[in-house]
Amino acid sequence: MSTTLLRMRGIVKTFPGVRALDGVDLEVRTGEVHCLLGQNGAGKSTLIKVLSGAQRPDEGTLVWEGETVSPRAPAAAMRLGIATIYQELDLVDGLSVAENIFLGHEPATAGFSRRAEMLRSARRLLERLGHGEIDPAVEVGELPSATKQLVSMARALSLDARLIVMDEPSAVLAHDEIAGLFRVIEELTRQEIAIVYISHRLEEIREIGDRITVLKDGRTVAENLPAARTSTEQVVSLMTGRDMESAFPERISGSAPEQRGELLRVTELCRTGEFEDISFTVGRGEIVGMAGLVGSGRSEILQTVYGARKPRSGHVELAGQRLRPGSVRAAVRAGMGLAPEERKSQALVPYESIAHNVSLAALGRYTRLGWVNRPAERAAAEEVTGSLRLQPPDTAQPVRVLSGGNQQKAVVARWLLADCGVLLLDEPTRGVDVGAKAEIYALVRELADSGVGVVLVSSEIPEVLGLSDRVLVLREGRIVRESPAEEIDEAEVLDLFIEGSAA
Amino acid sequence: MTEQSRTDTVSAPESRLTADAAPRTRIARARFSGVNQRQILGLLAVLAILVVVGSTTTDNFFEVSNLMLLLSQASIIGVLSVGMTFVVISGGIDLSVGAIIALASVWATTGATQEFGLWGMLFTAVVVAGACGLINGVLIAYGGLVSLIVTIAGLASYRGMATLISGGQPQVVRVDGFGAIATTEFLGIPLLVYMFAATVLVGWLLLNRTTFGRHVFAVGGNAEAARLAGIDVRRIRTTVFVLSGLCCAIAAIMLTARTATGASTHGNLYELDAIAAVILGGTLLSGGRGTLIGSVLGVVVFTTVNNIFVLNNLSTPIQQIAKGVIIVIAVLLQRRANRTSAA
Repeated sequence: MSTTLLRMRGIVKTFPGVRALDGVDLEVRTGEVHCLLGQNGAGKSTLIKVLSGAQRPDEGTLVWEGETVSPRAPAAAMRLGIATIYQELDLVDGLSVAENIFLGHEPATAGFSRRAEMLRSARRLLERLGHGEIDPAVEVGELPSATKQLVSMARALSLDARLIVMDEPSAVLAHDEIAGLFRVIEELTRQEIAIVYISHRLEEIREIGDRITVLKDGRTVAENLPAARTSTEQVVSLMTGRDMESAFPERISGSAPEQRGELLRVTELCRTGEFEDISFTVGRGEIVGMAGLVGSGRSEILQTVYGARKPRSGHVELAGQRLRPGSVRAAVRAGMGLAPEERKSQALVPYESIAHNVSLAALGRYTRLGWVNRPAERAAAEEVTGSLRLQPPDTAQPVRVLSGGNQQKAVVARWLLADCGVLLLDEPTRGVDVGAKAEIYALVRELADSGVGVVLVSSEIPEVLGLSDRVLVLREGRIVRESPAEEIDEAEVLDLFIEGSAA
Repeated sequence: MTEQSRTDTVSAPESRLTADAAPRTRIARARFSGVNQRQILGLLAVLAILVVVGSTTTDNFFEVSNLMLLLSQASIIGVLSVGMTFVVISGGIDLSVGAIIALASVWATTGATQEFGLWGMLFTAVVVAGACGLINGVLIAYGGLVSLIVTIAGLASYRGMATLISGGQPQVVRVDGFGAIATTEFLGIPLLVYMFAATVLVGWLLLNRTTFGRHVFAVGGNAEAARLAGIDVRRIRTTVFVLSGLCCAIAAIMLTARTATGASTHGNLYELDAIAAVILGGTLLSGGRGTLIGSVLGVVVFTTVNNIFVLNNLSTPIQQIAKGVIIVIAVLLQRRANRTSAA
């Protein structure tokens, strides 16, 4: 457990105009879980690409099992025994589990694949991961994300990987699935396979990691810290170059929610198989948090309130006005906005500029007879992105250059520009790094203080509890508890999640 | 632009939020429209090379009569490419444009229609082609069908209708004023070229200066995001096909006037020329990105190649081969340009 498997020294990689890596050191031992930490833009993704052979470094050395190597292509890295499991799992949906595992190195005789052998070997590999129950003949497209991840890992094993890089593997998993992932990782490390584990969730790293390397601005700022004994404060200050401040802004005391005036009223909303009998209200300036596991119906509720899904029964009123069910346009016109869970696929138009993305929902405001007043549009977009301190400040840049936190800001900016009264936030900090999270929390609180009603959905319970005024706990499509945020704690929420579902 | 200086401005003390927690984004500071500009510059360069080739290999390339011929030849496909650009940017494709031209030209030249004179014929062409576009659009947007399939069906059935109506016979235009559309000139420039220019101008304004145009880009770039931003995606999808239909109407009028006949064989394979020009112009087939100017330049490039080949008495098969080669080279160059700018 102590031999060095991989040693990277002084890795430099520049792209036109950017020095993405500026002297990175990384040392991984056989059979350890090595955690790679850093804010978005710190260079983690580029480092992975260098490691997996997708990018060649400009400078620096890569020593693999004592030999200097320079993998020129992903295939070369795989031959060495380095496999990478990307966030967007690179599996072919239309092929079976076994076909995916052996894609590119199918057992074959004279070009004819030996299907039976493939299925057998696939089953063996899945068993090695402790998941012999997965049928290797099933089509990958039908599998949930957690199982797809296992298929990717089996694929890595089939390539005799000695090192598996996992890029935010827990981001696509639900709470209980993460425990399963950790069991698999333990299984792999027992087989002397090293893991490079990337995650934004510091608690996970404490649980699974052996050592930590921290990147900041393309450089290694700390190497081989013991994962169990390094404090969260220390890690955060290394990542941000600052001391950790209180992550959650203070709630405004004084006026009770009842006195603020009701903004949104949801009455007995129902969608067959998703959720039932959902009623709640949101006051002016109030943040209502929804806590629930994946599958509890939280995102579906939010989308139905917004009109993106049509309810079977029930209705939504905004400022006393009943909205047409199943119409996003009605909701937007009445002053509702949604920052969806998947920013890239559901909120942003990748080729368009930041300004055009921000003005998308409010374009009518800068339009006369269909004619867009572009200077006014641009000025308004710059004003609102400036007030959110979106980086970069140049709104003519395409939106795809933005980091996760700034993408979220761009989406929020869109609804600010549309003067929305009720903002629905679905996982607002997913894929956002620690520093930017605090900033988004402050922004949400500031919006609420200015009178916007906010509905917050998050799978991170501390986020819901820390940011909300009032909390709704969901289980299997029903609200099982409504409580002021101060009067409920994480353990209680978890109890509510599990209670009943175990029976 | 050092990293350090940007951090300093970000963590300025007057910030109300915890701005000092802002992540720094590390990006090349290239202008956003750089890719589009490069594409257009590339096409202009290709055009310049063609002009040099044309003027050195032939004597009469630069003669006004030849240039005017070239432009009027470019006009019909050019008009089609305007509508096609909207469709492709919105994420769709329209394979039925050639067939719509045939149907519009036949319907506008039946004996009954010609009774109503020039304006009756023009009106018929516009209504017929617009209706075809509307049918396409409604089936795609509200029927939830794939545009490729709907317009392949249109390609077959609209031309079938044209053959049915005309009985497979060319219908001669007898209305006096109609032929004048192809022969009239102002200031030495054919009316067809003015019609082309006007279509491009209106299309450009619509695409780049109106809410509708912006929404076309948004729908093509990310339809789900557009829907969740409160845009009526289905209406946008329908409208682009109606626009394409209206462009077919203009093209049908131009072609019918030039040939002085309405025929069910009109516009055969024009859809491929229009799509080729749009792609050559740098519009992404997957939608969300493109320029109208690029498409127009694409048409001009193809027409110039044709013109040079004709002047040099080279055969049509060689022209076709050259066209294919140009498309492949252009797309390869575009991919390289995109890749360097994406890094």
